[in-house]
Amino acid sequence: MSERLLVRKTYKLYVGGAFPRSESGRSYEVTDARGHFVANAAWASRKDARDAVVAARKAFAGWSGATAYNRGQVLYRVAEVMEGRHAQFCDEVAAGEGLSASRAKAAVDAAIDRWVWYAGWTDKLAAVLGGANPVAGPYFDFSLPEPTGVVAVLAPQQSPLLGLVSVLAPVVAGGNAAVVVTSKARPLPAVTLGEVLATSDLPGGVVNLLTGDAEELGPWLAEHDDVDAIDLTGAPANRAMELERLAAGSIKRVVRPPAGEPDWTADPGLSRLTPFLETKTVWHPMGV
Amino acid sequence: MTSTPAADPTASPFVYAPAPESRSIVDIAPSYGLFVDGEFVDGTGESFKSVNPATEEVLTEVSAGSAADVDRAVKAARRAFTRVWGPMRPADRGKYLFRIARILQERAREFAVLESLDNGKPIRESRDVDVPLAAAHFFYHAGWADKLDWAGLGSGPKPLGVAGQVIPWNFPLLMLAWKVAPALATGNTVVLKPAETTPLTALLFAEVCRQADLPPGVVNIVTGAGDTGRAVVEHDDVDKVAFTGSTEVGRQIARAVAGTAKKLTLELGGKAANIVFDDAPIDQAVEGIVQGIFFNQGHVCCAGSRLLVQENVHDEVIGSLQRRIGTLRVGDPLDKNTDIGAINSAEQLARIRELADYGVAEGASKGQPAGELPDRGDGCPPTIFTDVSPAHRIARDEVFGPVLSVLTFRTPDEAVAKANNTTYGLSAGIWTEKGSRILTIADQLRAGVVWANTFNKFDPTSPFGGYKQSGYGREGGRHGLAAYLKGASQ
Repeated sequence: MSERLLVRKTYKLYVGGAFPRSESGRSYEVTDARGHFVANAAWASRKDARDAVVAARKAFAGWSGATAYNRGQVLYRVAEVMEGRHAQFCDEVAAGEGLSASRAKAAVDAAIDRWVWYAGWTDKLAAVLGGANPVAGPYFDFSLPEPTGVVAVLAPQQSPLLGLVSVLAPVVAGGNAAVVVTSKARPLPAVTLGEVLATSDLPGGVVNLLTGDAEELGPWLAEHDDVDAIDLTGAPANRAMELERLAAGSIKRVVRPPAGEPDWTADPGLSRLTPFLETKTVWHPMGV
Repeated sequence: MTSTPAADPTASPFVYAPAPESRSIVDIAPSYGLFVDGEFVDGTGESFKSVNPATEEVLTEVSAGSAADVDRAVKAARRAFTRVWGPMRPADRGKYLFRIARILQERAREFAVLESLDNGKPIRESRDVDVPLAAAHFFYHAGWADKLDWAGLGSGPKPLGVAGQVIPWNFPLLMLAWKVAPALATGNTVVLKPAETTPLTALLFAEVCRQADLPPGVVNIVTGAGDTGRAVVEHDDVDKVAFTGSTEVGRQIARAVAGTAKKLTLELGGKAANIVFDDAPIDQAVEGIVQGIFFNQGHVCCAGSRLLVQENVHDEVIGSLQRRIGTLRVGDPLDKNTDIGAINSAEQLARIRELADYGVAEGASKGQPAGELPDRGDGCPPTIFTDVSPAHRIARDEVFGPVLSVLTFRTPDEAVAKANNTTYGLSAGIWTEKGSRILTIADQLRAGVVWANTFNKFDPTSPFGGYKQSGYGREGGRHGLAAYLKGASQ
């Protein structure tokens, strides 16, 4: 008896809660670490990026307005659903990064645990970052963190799952909506992550995943007036300055790319949450 | 002595069909043991019965923990602390708590029905308040387990060790969550004694711990009455005592731990003022007053049991309030339309009646709606005393029942003076449309929680606890973690 022939998956974009192909009709060949063909991934265009920004903006009000408890439960649900696809992620990470099975497993474990870490942050940020301000006058005055808005993320090129989760989860934990350009050469774990997000009660449009080229899409996102912040972690080193200059046009908050590949297993602290939070201060008079 | 006429309930256009919640979802065993070191074991004390206060039916028989049983539980907790829970990666402790939160959510209906059966509270409240909040407490604290360095309580805060916790009968599962979740999140292990009259949800919680594969000994539940509680509090190897209950018992506990190294937090009685100014939205205020005093049959330490109404709106507010309480339904706790269930025990009902009799004897006017009480069980109609003076016992003593005392004031200063004229200081309410007034009055109230244009709101992120003889320490929020960490103060 011959071996059963596999049904292969079509890897598509994840935009507005749906899985479209690129509007451009383009795709590109994805290979494993040894150079063997694995799949044709959708090659997102400028129009796809703009559609994703529209979807993110539309989703922002609902997501940022949800209770912190609700957001925490949704992020925890992401971890639960990822755990159920553990083996699939291991295969994709091992193939894409050329890792041993045990190192791939460690990366997947860490990626799942990272969602849990951020799930626990949603309802603690206000207490840790906010507070009452004892102003010298008859006023009650307090400051609270609020999400910045729509955040464009150029995801790490080397670490397609743990790196991706490490830059994406803090953006949504803070209540932002994200438009992500995934690792160009290793995009497949991101598409599978999109499938997880789509089935984790995360409202459509809160996370949009574009497989494609950060070098091509980065400038359009960096200069887009309806993007409030951009994380340049996965930007090509020689283009980061140009992207930051483009981002200045609408006074975007910018996270600069790291000097080298970061250790994504390290405790992230608040370093990736605070860049995408605003501080709002409210004054109210006191007196009978 | 006059009796204020109450609204005629038959005037209501609504006729309610019975809407009983099925009790078939719970499976109560004929007898229960203690939960020690991950196993159910028989206690060596004399066992006691747990009764459904709505029907006086015996639900089950429960083991009482003797001093020797408590000792075994503390030893199990110490072992678990030293060998497993203390050394465990904080993130993994968090994962266990997330599991517990999820299982509580999954088994929510079962917990709600069991809580209403054992406690007498309306299913509407156990279903919509007690159980979801208990799950939320575990979810919230799960997240803290690996973030304690960010809690502003010093760097690398360390757990205390074994926590001995004694909780009351008014919110059995929720008080368990308030105690167990922060203790475990901060790395402590616990020996918990639920109230004598309401042990069942704590024992079901033990099953949740097993489903979550929580390591044995991390949570130990020792049922019993006052003697068992005393054995927990006075055990030499307990590092931390947390108590919720009456001020009188709180005082005894404070004396018992005096001179030891035990860290103590107390959440005790209250006699909260609910202050209604003349610019308040009256209908909204009336709902808040009802929620403040008749929620959970008034068995709430932070209940708004003293209504302070500005004199010029007194008649309007009281008129609306009397109409409103005429629509409250006193009845079967398992009926989904019931507003006021059963008083938790005959003993508590006798205490409520004794204090109400004092109210009448001291000259206050008692008003109760004309509705019927169920023919079985410990029912008590919603009761409003008007013409109350600050010297009356019903204005000073905690009734812990559905009894409201109404006083009046003319100026904000008088409202504050009267509100603070109590040995307690747990909570207070303010009703006014004027934001600046809310903030100024809140500033002047000597109470740990102040609700403005709302009442009896609880959230795991929000610290709860008292001033003065309502106790010390906070539960919930960043501040609540301090109670379970070395060196951390509030």
